[in-house]
Amino acid sequence: MPLHTPTSPHIHSGITVTTVMLRVLLALVPGIAAYIWLFGTGVLINIVLAMVFALGAEAVMLKLRGRPLLPFLTDGSVVVTAVLFALTLPPLAPWWLSFLGILFAVVIGKHLFGGLGHNPFNPAMLGYVMLLISFPREMTMWAPPLSLATHPLAFADTLAYVFLGHLPDALSLDAVTMATPLDHVKTEVSRSHEISAVMSGSPLFGTLAGTGWEWLGLAYLAGGLWLIKKRIIGWQIPAAMLGALALMAAIFYAVDNARYASPLFHLLSGGALLGAFFIATDPVTAATTPRGRLYYGAGIGVLVYVIRTWGGYPDAVAFAVLLMNIAAPTIDHYTQPRVFGHRKD
Amino acid sequence: MSVRLWRFNGGVHPPQHKAESTTEALRAARLPKRLILPLHQHIGEAAEPVVNIGDTVLKGQLIARAKGYVSAAVHAPSSGTVSDIGDYPVPHPSGMSASCIVIQTDGEDRWGERPDYGDYTQIDPSHLRNMIRDAGIVGLGGAGFPSFIKLNPGSRKHIDTLILNGVECEPYITCDDMLMRERPREIIAGIRIMQHALHARECLIAVEDNKPAAYRIMCEAIAKEAGIRVALCPTIYPQGSEKQLIKVLTGKESPSNGLPIDIGVVLHNVGTAYAVHRAIQHGEPLISRTVTVTGGAVAQPRNVDVLFGTPVIDLLDECGADLGQADRLLMGGPMMGFALHSMNVPVIKTTNCVLATTPAQTPAPRDALPCIRCGACMDACPVHLLPQQLYWHAHAKEFDKTQTYNLFDCIECGCCAYVCPSQIPLVQYYRYAKAEIWAQERDKEKADLARKRHDFRQERIEREKAERAARLHKKKTETVTADKTEAKPSAGDEPKAAILAAIERAKAKREAAATAAESSEEKPGQPPDGGT
Ligand code: SF4
Ligand code: SF4
Repeated sequence: MPLHTPTSPHIHSGITVTTVMLRVLLALVPGIAAYIWLFGTGVLINIVLAMVFALGAEAVMLKLRGRPLLPFLTDGSVVVTAVLFALTLPPLAPWWLSFLGILFAVVIGKHLFGGLGHNPFNPAMLGYVMLLISFPREMTMWAPPLSLATHPLAFADTLAYVFLGHLPDALSLDAVTMATPLDHVKTEVSRSHEISAVMSGSPLFGTLAGTGWEWLGLAYLAGGLWLIKKRIIGWQIPAAMLGALALMAAIFYAVDNARYASPLFHLLSGGALLGAFFIATDPVTAATTPRGRLYYGAGIGVLVYVIRTWGGYPDAVAFAVLLMNIAAPTIDHYTQPRVFGHRKD
Repeated sequence: MSVRLWRFNGGVHPPQHKAESTTEALRAARLPKRLILPLHQHIGEAAEPVVNIGDTVLKGQLIARAKGYVSAAVHAPSSGTVSDIGDYPVPHPSGMSASCIVIQTDGEDRWGERPDYGDYTQIDPSHLRNMIRDAGIVGLGGAGFPSFIKLNPGSRKHIDTLILNGVECEPYITCDDMLMRERPREIIAGIRIMQHALHARECLIAVEDNKPAAYRIMCEAIAKEAGIRVALCPTIYPQGSEKQLIKVLTGKESPSNGLPIDIGVVLHNVGTAYAVHRAIQHGEPLISRTVTVTGGAVAQPRNVDVLFGTPVIDLLDECGADLGQADRLLMGGPMMGFALHSMNVPVIKTTNCVLATTPAQTPAPRDALPCIRCGACMDACPVHLLPQQLYWHAHAKEFDKTQTYNLFDCIECGCCAYVCPSQIPLVQYYRYAKAEIWAQERDKEKADLARKRHDFRQERIEREKAERAARLHKKKTETVTADKTEAKPSAGDEPKAAILAAIERAKAKREAAATAAESSEEKPGQPPDGGT
């Protein structure tokens, strides 16, 4: 018998990139379910469209770059990018918005940098930011939670809007969308209204933060905690990001609670929880050392607060993540762990 | 009394597969017809044969003596005739052959003289170490470092802690487990001898909690012994690695470029303690050891006492291995063991396990994907390295960078590759980088030596030329001034000056050559065959 002589280790944990990506998708299920429950089926259409476009773009790019299709299409990374991207889109988004965003994310954000493992920026966030800058109106037309909707759209109506741009008769886009809670607070505060008044006076706000949004955030939190338990992600980035965001919010809230929203509101609004567990933790673009992850996460948390509060956009997770992506290699360089048996210094 | 435990970074929990080989009692393996004894079964210099082809030998007789300080003697594991001294395939990752003494056994298994050393407590520790050295004892945990060196407290009066390693963290391997279950008293007798040699204040026996039987038996065995405790450590790989285990039991990290003894700790394997006992209290040198024969392709996995030199194929036959089913044949465990190129290689002092796995047990990995920088490798690394950075630089052949990321602290435990979701053969890259760096250093040394030789020659030639010139000059002056009664006072100085000038020239040339050599030092290496 000719002996087969590979080198050690001879066994593997069995957890592959595909497993990791599948678990991330699984962890998103509660969030997606909550999203559908709260905002209707639009997000499902976004997810399916983004996945189809993403797999298509990935296949074309792999072909152009002369890479094998099968291992890379099945690694699951592009599907995760697509789903995360779709979750950042407004629930009522025309198909071409998905198309352009994904094209940018996959072609420019991923493959022009060398494909899986080589992209310095989170592709989903690049796609989102490109759209936000190019199509600010479409990207901020947010369908309200179903419970607040005066004209809830049926699935067929949503489909018709996504593909044909038609709304059922007599409805304008403004009638089926409204500002997000973060947006609303920002506008009202800039008009020097007190936050407590703004929040108590509007159905947009629920028990903890924005109506609907709060539950969505908690669903992401549940999925994220499961990922930590499964050791797919480390605890450092989410903890540091949310901690820093809450700390910033607490300080300013304590200084002037008429102008600055509460920490809880910040944590449960917008993309904070989705970002903390699913976006900031994207392995390829995040810092990797244990201490580095803390600085990286904290950096995102601080930036989110700063941009939300004083910047030009109501939410800021995407910008904050992209900014910290730039810093990740440097953070890693300066936070190398002390090697076993080397002196502490 | 429970022992306080610490933790090291990372580690993994591969499937154990230990139950399979612990159902049967330890037994002696069959005496093979032929024993093949490599002269190099340990760390250090190969031993030197002291027998000739045709000599008859008795069991336990010295057949090759230690050469130099770091070396170990080899003894005849059974009686018979030396039939050959020459190159045979030996257990080595490269599949190489090396010098071996072959003994045709006579089936009588007749012992030679077994000295009676009497009460070891009356023996001076340094004398005791010599006896252990003469018995050819090396670390039986797998490293094979000559044990007498690690029984020397050096400049210290005392060792704080003597650790007996019964952790056996590699999957499948159970030889230490069985030894502890079946020969606890002998192990403790060996520990006492070691303690005497080292002046150790206390002794800790470390057992992982996946070996409850061994733990219970060792606890019973030490119940009436003072100064020995048994520590039950939560199972995690690679806890049995020397520095990691010391950290777990003492909280101390032995320095990266130092030895455990620097922090007052010495660690030996339980099998080594057993061997020490046999040597000192029975006069038997190290000629056999416990080996686990297991894996999915082995019908009766078990532990056997095997004479060194026994061909692996004989062991496999005895345990009912079906090699048609085997995916690969490993010596050692699945995390750090190496694949054998031949089934005719012998069991040697460092062989703790012969493992014939099925393809389901050691499936071929998928083609590696690019590194996704997930950090799983870093989280698993017991040395707290950044395996992803090491890989990155090894891949790019930036070997100096791999060294700034402490490549040489890597113990090749395989945890990083075990967890890597991209299934990159990380350890293979580290071995490759280490080999390249060693090769570069060797080349440099060689070049240095060659340069030095060349310079010496140049200098000599110049000197001789100068001397000749000086002589010639002197002769000329002598002829010219022959009729004058007084020699020129400076005449004697001139040749000296010429010699000095010549030496100066040679020096300048040498310096120029050195700078040139330095700039041309970088030499491209060859990448490993596999890998992306
Ligand atoms: S585990 Fe593998 S993929 Fe992850 S960072 Fe390490 S080398 Fe890269
Ligand atoms: S093989 Fe080296 S780098 Fe990998 S986990 Fe072990 S010590 Fe760390």
